[in-house]
Amino acid sequence: MAYWKPITELGEAHLVQEGSTLAEVTDDIVKVTETAAPRGWWILFGIASSLTGLFTVCVAYLFYRGVGVWGNTAPVYWAWDITNFVWWVGIGHAGTLISAILFIFRQKWRTAINRFAEAMTIFAVICALIFPGIHVGRPWLLYYVFPFPNQMTLWPNFKSPLLWDVFAVGTYFTVSVLFWYTGLIPDLATQRDRSMTKWRQRVYGFLALGWRGSNRHWQNYERAYLILAAISMPLVLSVHSVVSMDFATSVIPGWHTTIFPPYFVAGAVFSGFAMVETVLLVARSVFKLQRVVLMRHLELMNKFLLLTSLLVGYAYSMEFFVAWYSGNQYEMAHFLHNRPMGPFWWAWVWMMSCNTLVPQIYWFKSMRTNIPVMFVASILINIGMWFERFVIIVLSLNRDFLPSSWGYYRPTIIDVGIFAGTIGVFFTLFLLFMRWLPMVAVAEVKGTMPQADPHLAHAGEEHVEPHGPDHVPDAAVAGGLVPGGAE
Amino acid sequence: MDAKVAKSGAAVPAVILAEFGSAHDVLHAAEKVQAAGYRHWDTHTPFPVHGMDRVMGLRDSRLGWIVLAFALTGLTGAFVMMHWMNGVDYVTVVGDKPPGAPQTLPSMVPILFELTILLSAFGAVLGMFGLNKLPRHHHPVFASDRFRSATDDKFFISIEAEDPKFDVVRTRELLEGFHAAHVEVIEEEPA
Repeated sequence: MAYWKPITELGEAHLVQEGSTLAEVTDDIVKVTETAAPRGWWILFGIASSLTGLFTVCVAYLFYRGVGVWGNTAPVYWAWDITNFVWWVGIGHAGTLISAILFIFRQKWRTAINRFAEAMTIFAVICALIFPGIHVGRPWLLYYVFPFPNQMTLWPNFKSPLLWDVFAVGTYFTVSVLFWYTGLIPDLATQRDRSMTKWRQRVYGFLALGWRGSNRHWQNYERAYLILAAISMPLVLSVHSVVSMDFATSVIPGWHTTIFPPYFVAGAVFSGFAMVETVLLVARSVFKLQRVVLMRHLELMNKFLLLTSLLVGYAYSMEFFVAWYSGNQYEMAHFLHNRPMGPFWWAWVWMMSCNTLVPQIYWFKSMRTNIPVMFVASILINIGMWFERFVIIVLSLNRDFLPSSWGYYRPTIIDVGIFAGTIGVFFTLFLLFMRWLPMVAVAEVKGTMPQADPHLAHAGEEHVEPHGPDHVPDAAVAGGLVPGGAE
Repeated sequence: MDAKVAKSGAAVPAVILAEFGSAHDVLHAAEKVQAAGYRHWDTHTPFPVHGMDRVMGLRDSRLGWIVLAFALTGLTGAFVMMHWMNGVDYVTVVGDKPPGAPQTLPSMVPILFELTILLSAFGAVLGMFGLNKLPRHHHPVFASDRFRSATDDKFFISIEAEDPKFDVVRTRELLEGFHAAHVEVIEEEPA
């Protein structure tokens, strides 16, 4: 069976609308970057860049006055800053998951969304990195975390999870950028070759590095892509595990939990998929990409959301169970009283209902294929996952071991402004990406089309020429690196 | 004859370029070019065509070895860095673990891992550029206007003049015999 053929017995459909030509696919995707932006883009860009302006103002004020402008105070010394950091890093994870893990598992439907998701990873990690940067109080001393000789002849403490975090998130960002750029090279060449103006030709030509689609290059290119995917897979699992160790290696009830690394990874993938879906639905309708981003892709993403929601729900239940089973009074006080019945009970309710109840609608196909429903659900999941981090961080701190030091946490307007501002930064970068770079991996999508099958003399009909046993494609495909492989 | 004739009479053929309309046609033509004994030639396709490596007689990519070397550098570099900084140059004792003792290893694992991955990624990308001799913004094939569709929906075979079997007339005839949609000779002034 040809690799591009859907297995109809499993209810599979064509990945790209049947009958599309290669040129149509190029045109559909690349034209977006060549024509004037639709009105919807300008409206969104106006909102996003205004929020970016708000971000700049709030951060400037923060640097001017110091972290006292935030609501963080005894006993809640970590609040929105770290909540937002963990939330943004988590969102980034779906991008790597889609680009790397689904690639390794030969899930060809990823080609519709992987470029998108990778861009999302990079922009989300940029937003995430802002928070540890600005919460240190004296951001001009941030260089202390880097291991280089300084005037105090001090080295960083490599046994600190906070330093592991610097290496984990820094590596994650760098590798994501390399992976993204590698994937972009053939498409940048496509943009170069379609350019109408000298200026576009020079810029895209420079970035495409002289790519000429040579098969001798494709061979090394595909191996590089495979290796990057293979090393990104453990990397993405390690990043949120390391983030969780910022908490898990402490002795605070609610943080000191061995389930944290896998629980954080599942939550990260869950929230990341929700964010991919939110952004994808907007882009799909603004730029009319229905030919490439099919309902089938959205439905698969919804199934994935259901699965990861169940994983997250399992982790929540296990925390409760272990708190009760441990018999430890502090654990029990935290999980069985402070979370559901303490002063922040409403945050806990947001977390539980958005993350474990809302995705249950996806048991039904009618819900999985309903665009307004999935748009609202994806936003609710994003909110729920933000509250999950808020619950973990603030609720574990506001009532510590000594009742006399218990307190409440209230964010200030600057907290809100900076958080909303990073959402603006994220969408500003995203909208610029959508205008200037192909938002779907053109070359990869073509590789999943019937035209990519060298057995076909003309797309759509089987080639009948007899082949010798050692002829080519099947063996090459089975061991090959192209999105494809035996099905 | 639609060869690009340069202004100066000194121009010599650099590449013969044949255009094909499908992955099927280019794969079969490539099979015959390889069988005809050419060595300095290439195919240009908008996406990697299944089985082309085999038809062109390419050996497996050596990139994996480059990445392995980078990975080992990252791993040992990370270990030496952490051991020297926290165990030798400025001893930092955490959790009562003697400096340099094997008990300090578990706390090194995250950074050992991250730096191995970081260096491997650089190895994969820079190694790929190195093996492909990219960036290279100038190449004779770019002189062809039709070649612009090599990144869209057309498939090309290029045979370079430096190939010992290269002969403008005979190589051109060979390529035309494969039902190529178009064959052109690209000329270049000798450097």
